[in-house]
Amino acid sequence: MSTDERTETTLPVRNDTDLMAVRQQVRAMAQRLGFGLVQQTKLVTAASELARNTLVHGGGGSVSLEPTSDGDGREGLTLRFVDEGPGIPDVELALRDGYSTAGGLGMGLSGSKRLVNDFSVDTAPGRGTTVSITLWSPLAPFGRR
Amino acid sequence: MTDVPPAGSPAPIVAGLLRERKEQVAQRWADLPLFQAVFTVTRDEAVEACHAVLESLAEVVESGRPDDIEAPGFSTIRRQLAAMSASRSHSGLSIGQIDREVGALRAAPLDLLESDPGDFGPQERLRAALLWSELLGTLRVVIIETTLQENREIVDRQRQQLMEMATPVIKLWDRLVAVPLIGMLDSARSQVVMENLLEAIVEHNATLVILDITGVPTVDSLVAQHLMKTVASARLMGADCVISGIRPAIAQTIVQLGLDLGPVTTRATLADALELALERQSEVPKGLLPRQ
Ligand SMILES: Nc1ncnc2c1ncn2[C@@H]1O[C@H](COP(=O)(O)OP(=O)(O)O)[C@@H](O)[C@H]1O
Ligand SMILES: [Mg+2]
Repeated sequence: MSTDERTETTLPVRNDTDLMAVRQQVRAMAQRLGFGLVQQTKLVTAASELARNTLVHGGGGSVSLEPTSDGDGREGLTLRFVDEGPGIPDVELALRDGYSTAGGLGMGLSGSKRLVNDFSVDTAPGRGTTVSITLWSPLAPFGRR
Repeated sequence: MTDVPPAGSPAPIVAGLLRERKEQVAQRWADLPLFQAVFTVTRDEAVEACHAVLESLAEVVESGRPDDIEAPGFSTIRRQLAAMSASRSHSGLSIGQIDREVGALRAAPLDLLESDPGDFGPQERLRAALLWSELLGTLRVVIIETTLQENREIVDRQRQQLMEMATPVIKLWDRLVAVPLIGMLDSARSQVVMENLLEAIVEHNATLVILDITGVPTVDSLVAQHLMKTVASARLMGADCVISGIRPAIAQTIVQLGLDLGPVTTRATLADALELALERQSEVPKGLLPRQ
């Protein structure tokens, strides 16, 4: 594994073109880490949802992509979506299927949570929102666990 | 239009330099990447282009507006050099690189003035050099501006073409149309798809529409919402929709995301969807039943 795959990348999220770049970068990095097609699709879809939330609800921000390893044969990719927007007053409510304050389907936040392994939201009214997700690759064939 | 240059102005020196020694300057310019790379057929062409640029620059100097990108002489240069810089930009050069190539035009006239100063003293030569530098600075701005404009036009044109191209509506069969969607179905694209589709439904009197999403890389909740809206408006026009080309990885993801394509009929491939469509058509005697 070369070093540049290990380093963190940060991408801006200010418009639709940026969203496209985020999807492409996430897919490329997931491919490099050896994720299968289904895993790639899940991660890219979650990234598309959360980056769009950063743009639409958070007023823009950034996404950082960081490959991680659990030291036990599993490769993971952590994505962090950061904005300095209005924040989410009630996270539990926002995580309810179908809840949207903007005429969306209200499936982005809750659906993304189902698509990945780790999911956390750090937010407060007026302090912006950071959503972090990690998807782990399946264990190596002869799982070292 | 033509301000008379004040007495003692270096303008006549520079204008004279550009006109009287145009052959020597052109011979040197023609070998620079800017001209050489564009006029690949014959060197004479390059030399001729250099002559034209030199004449225009001389006109700018005489107009007394070497610092004005709107000076009349620059309009000829715009046309000439715009084509050249566009061609350089098409061959992959950045604006910075093009600017450097234009900057390389600076040396030749100054070298000639130094090596063969004629009657001009050091003082006059210095002022001429300053004026020439100023003129070249303006020229660089003109070219950057033209290149940017050119690029912007290309990008706009391509975006428009891509939108149109990527959303064709194809008549497959009597009353059956298909839309092979390619690329991300963002809000602007989905609007174009919707409009094209509704027009096609009317034009072909379609009762069934196949929306094929094989070429859509990601189906998230916004894309799903756009698809559902398209299906709903097609239905209002009297056409049912079948969505085809949902790849297995995307199907799994949609389900886990919690999206419900609901009442819409889906098929794995375009061929499956076509089969379904033909079955339905054979059930309904053609043109006899009123549309629902
Ligand atoms: N980054 C964010 N900043 C502020 N509010 C957010 C953010 N992300 C999500 N929300 C809130 O959570 C709600 C649910 O989000 P989501 O499930 O993606 O649905 P949708 O985007 O369709 O509205 C949003 O409508 C919005 O009120
Ligand atoms: Mg959302």
